[in-house]
Amino acid sequence: MSSAQIEIQLIASIVAIACAIPGTFLVLRKMALISDAISHSILPGLVLGFFITHDLNSPLLIITAALSGVVTVVLVEFIQKTQLVKEDTAIGLVFPVLFSIGVIMIAKNANDVHLDTDAILLGELAFAPFDRFLLNGSDLGPKSLWIIGTILLITISLLFAFFKELKISTFDAGLATALGFSPVVIHYGLMSVASITVVGSFDAVGAILVVALMIAPAATAYLLTDNLKKMLGLSVVFGVFAAIAGYWLAHWLDASISGSMTTILGIVFLIVYLFAPKRGLISVLYRNRQQQIEVSLLTFLLHLNNHQEISERHINHLNEHINWRRVKSKSVLDLATKNNMIVIDKSIISLTEKGKDFTDKAIDYIITNDHSKIESIKEDFFLFRG
Amino acid sequence: MESQKIAIAVDDLTVAYNYKPVLWDIDLAIPEGVLMAIVGPNGAGKSTLIKSILGIIEPIAGSVSIYGKPYDKQRKLVGYVPQKGSVDWDFPTTALDVVMMGTYGKLGWIKRPGKSERKTALESLEKVGMLSFKDRQINQLSGGQQQRVFLARALAQDADIYFMDEPFQGVDATTEITIINILKELRKAGKTVVVVHHDLQTVPEYFDWVTFLNVKKIATGPVKEIFNDDNLTKTYGINYKVSVQK
Repeated sequence: MSSAQIEIQLIASIVAIACAIPGTFLVLRKMALISDAISHSILPGLVLGFFITHDLNSPLLIITAALSGVVTVVLVEFIQKTQLVKEDTAIGLVFPVLFSIGVIMIAKNANDVHLDTDAILLGELAFAPFDRFLLNGSDLGPKSLWIIGTILLITISLLFAFFKELKISTFDAGLATALGFSPVVIHYGLMSVASITVVGSFDAVGAILVVALMIAPAATAYLLTDNLKKMLGLSVVFGVFAAIAGYWLAHWLDASISGSMTTILGIVFLIVYLFAPKRGLISVLYRNRQQQIEVSLLTFLLHLNNHQEISERHINHLNEHINWRRVKSKSVLDLATKNNMIVIDKSIISLTEKGKDFTDKAIDYIITNDHSKIESIKEDFFLFRG
Repeated sequence: MESQKIAIAVDDLTVAYNYKPVLWDIDLAIPEGVLMAIVGPNGAGKSTLIKSILGIIEPIAGSVSIYGKPYDKQRKLVGYVPQKGSVDWDFPTTALDVVMMGTYGKLGWIKRPGKSERKTALESLEKVGMLSFKDRQINQLSGGQQQRVFLARALAQDADIYFMDEPFQGVDATTEITIINILKELRKAGKTVVVVHHDLQTVPEYFDWVTFLNVKKIATGPVKEIFNDDNLTKTYGINYKVSVQK
């Protein structure tokens, strides 16, 4: 690997981490779309900063751009608060307007500058190593690495300092207010960090793909864990994985690095979406099917419990009587036999002790809705896991 | 009663949503140590009253004091059980972690919860019979269990005054009994508890103080004196007969 290759992967990874952290909270706050809005509407701020400094690399650009990101959030909330339009409509109204103001500003005034729209939308990671940070003539590495590295450092320190405040105001804004943690301050703090991160990631991945880096890792992690810290950790892991794998995919295909990173993120999400152990599509479908069978099992056991007479308990009678097809009857019978809930003697079915106990507990639970009655059978049956 | 200290005083409180008043000129003086129910029809402003006392909703007029001082000076004396439906139970966290949030108020900004906060949270979970569920993801709990987690979180606040927004809403028998027992214990410990309550039948049994509310305050005082057909009719606007009399 050449040093430029290493630098590109390093920048991509740091961008991914810096995006994954605020992204996790945006996803939990159901504000994923706002990152899309911010990523577009920072453009006029960027251009304005450029007009003031005439330097594309001035830190002032980051500040003016981040400010226009926060202005987006304020405008969206203002429009939404009038209750004349809904939130998604408000977002859809605000950011294209701000973005196009930026586009017009570039067209009118900055034609001679290389603020080109393609780079803004897609970024160009491959060029990042060419722009060096020179101090007293010595080369300290690519400039964008320094910019996004600083942003990441700030994000991580804020996360450590205000983790508890972020958690409580995201989970329960009412209690957070009552306890004196101003959710409004936290909200705008988070929006500022998100805006600054978007600006810092701009060079590398551009306005459209930065959204993917914020949302996709967090959305993927959400399907895999029940713990906020782990969710943050997993988001970071997925982000970095996509950054490095994406780089090599682009290398191999000779295609855009940011495009390849996003493709990898999409693929990773799809895999997790399908195969996540608890919340994945396949496991949900499997669980639904199991629950269906278990409801049938319970119906069947209740029937046995209610009818002592032999004619009601004959194996063939069940097909006609409970009105089930053969396949279903068989799978229910198999499940009951496998769990030692019934015994079949000369085609006559009877409940075992265990079957009787299970049925009693289940009835008890259904009547009283008291969970303690079914703790012992919860592990074996999806039906009772709430 | 006259000699009793006033725990919560509400003066001329008016709250409006979009210029439509939902609470109009409310005056209340809630004595220390009472168990008070707030009753009234849907949309009467019961939750709004609690939320504006706690500073969650900004009133357009009036003031609130807790033991004679504004709420934001007295936060640490006040515990809060919000409506269960007000949060996202899919949030990635455990029962214990939610209860720990009750200790955040005393910690203040930046400081992290440590061993003693964890101990407080575990004790609170035990009081509501949820200790064995401490590591369970909150969306794996039943509605009643979630309500008990919320109650435990308020207990972890270790407050003198508690506000509870419909804690009995849709809970199972075990949870109802747990809540009642906790209420009794709080009263025994001399705490003041204000509960938004829906079930009029149980008011005389569970509470000793009551406020009738329907945008305006209809009446407030001891259950024995004011929980009668007259006030119920004034509050609910129909001829009301209390089927359970004390």
